[in-house]
Amino acid sequence: MVSGEETQVAAARSAGSAAPIAFQHVSKRYAGRGQAAVTDLNFEVPSGEICVLIGPSGCGKTTALKMVNRLITMSDGDITIDGKSVSGIETAQLRRGIGYVFQQIGLFPHLTVEDNIGTVPRLLGWPKARIRERALELLQLVGLGAEDNLRRYPGEFSGGQQQRIGVARAMAVDPPLMLMDEPFGAIDPITRDRLQDDFLRLHREVRKTIIFVTHDIDEAIKMGDRIAIMRDGRLVQLDTPDNLLAAPADEFVADFVGADRGLKRLRVWTLNDLELDPHIAGGLPSAPASTTLRDALSLMLTEGETRITVTGQDGAPRGSISLQAIAAMLGPEQRAPAS
Amino acid sequence: MSIFLPFGSSPSPSPSPVIPTFGGGGAQSCVAKNGQFCGSWFVDNFGARFAPRLVEHIELTAIAIGIGMVIAMAAALFAHRHGWFETPFSLFAAFLYTVPALAFFELMVQVTGINRFTAEIALVSYTLLILFRNTLAGLRAVPPDALEAAQAMGLTRRQTLLRVELPLALPPIMAGLRIATVTTISLATVAAYIGAGGLGQPIFDGIQTGFKTEFLAAGVLAIVLALAADGLLVVAQRLLTPWARRRRA
Repeated sequence: MVSGEETQVAAARSAGSAAPIAFQHVSKRYAGRGQAAVTDLNFEVPSGEICVLIGPSGCGKTTALKMVNRLITMSDGDITIDGKSVSGIETAQLRRGIGYVFQQIGLFPHLTVEDNIGTVPRLLGWPKARIRERALELLQLVGLGAEDNLRRYPGEFSGGQQQRIGVARAMAVDPPLMLMDEPFGAIDPITRDRLQDDFLRLHREVRKTIIFVTHDIDEAIKMGDRIAIMRDGRLVQLDTPDNLLAAPADEFVADFVGADRGLKRLRVWTLNDLELDPHIAGGLPSAPASTTLRDALSLMLTEGETRITVTGQDGAPRGSISLQAIAAMLGPEQRAPAS
Repeated sequence: MSIFLPFGSSPSPSPSPVIPTFGGGGAQSCVAKNGQFCGSWFVDNFGARFAPRLVEHIELTAIAIGIGMVIAMAAALFAHRHGWFETPFSLFAAFLYTVPALAFFELMVQVTGINRFTAEIALVSYTLLILFRNTLAGLRAVPPDALEAAQAMGLTRRQTLLRVELPLALPPIMAGLRIATVTTISLATVAAYIGAGGLGQPIFDGIQTGFKTEFLAAGVLAIVLALAADGLLVVAQRLLTPWARRRRA
């Protein structure tokens, strides 16, 4: 199994550091405002997980995120990264060790892409050659790996490309934790979808701990290993996307995830997750096993069939699946395996 | 501003012009007839009569702009952090700006005497308003998202100022610098009135003697100097802000 070992070595090399983060009874009150912005937030994000904070505007999700790198000072409680309190670390040093991506991107328009990505490495005293090498490596990681790009200015790139550079910049010093505040919120839907896919692929490689703020439930379902729903500064439910959709804790959550939560769950599952019926020869439409149940159902509806053939990676049929099987899998007692 | 002194506007009846005798070339020469512009006299006398004045003029301007920039920059940085400072300093600078140049020079002479120092005080005063306003406007126009990024990446206040705010404020600062420089070159001609030298000297001399070539040449030199300085600053700005011209097509 030489090749297996090689893959493991490569994966280990590309996998960066990650650290668990814990909110311990964190509150934030602003002087002169009756209601607290965040009240008694208490949860953990295990190392390497994407935790999405979501809720209506004003629910405190961005405040919670910004207390991690102390852009906002918490009033009560503590936040620890890898067991160390963020309050005990000097602000600049703390922030240099946490990747930060936000909706407005905030690339420095007067610096080249290389200098943008190299901002924190330079503060940490990296030699020039190493900064350049790292910048190019990161550009490759986010799909902009042409060497000319290093010398170009942010204004020469599209919004989607700029956010890719923003993600690369946030990862410059391989921080164990990244904070992402609606990172794809200002990007057109098609580009956003591609960025989300690419980011998930990237995350599978580097496995950083990520706190991701959004107000878009579809994005939360797609990006989150777990989703924390907040309301009026409090955590209402923290669960996997599938659990959240299958068993909302209360009416507010049910309302927030939407009346079509049954349909949304179809995206969480793929044909791979189901037990297949035997293959039935003859003329059925087919879909690869990696297809989401949503797309499989759509295929059935467009083809007017109640059964489709499921194929393996090689395209050979592996079995079939029926409409009834899909419907049965979505009952409240069924849960998708953790992604 | 006194570059464009009207030709031959000496009060009538015009006194007979005191033409320098060093022109040579007899009674029919351009100088003897006090022609509009005696090119060969100018060429012959450039090195001795104009070049030193030109250098003086450049010095007067450069010192005024240098000191003015330091004061305006410090004031703008202070006002950027402490907003209340903007109004009093603006009023102060605007007041200085409105004082008529000749009156200002005359007033300052009584305090600091007839010398270059006095001239510089006046010239610096005139640069402050535009330099202060533009520098402050530049600092305030720095995109807030760049500032948030700088803060979130752990840049200190000083690092943010030097690496983000000042470079991004550069275009408006340079625009202010250009206006201030051209204005000062023009104003500095009046400084000869209190013995500060510069191109104002041959202008005053020419007016006094009625020798047209002399004041015309000095006036044109001041204009050429202003244009050249402006051009240099444009080039400098382009070199300093390479990102400004690089945009996605």
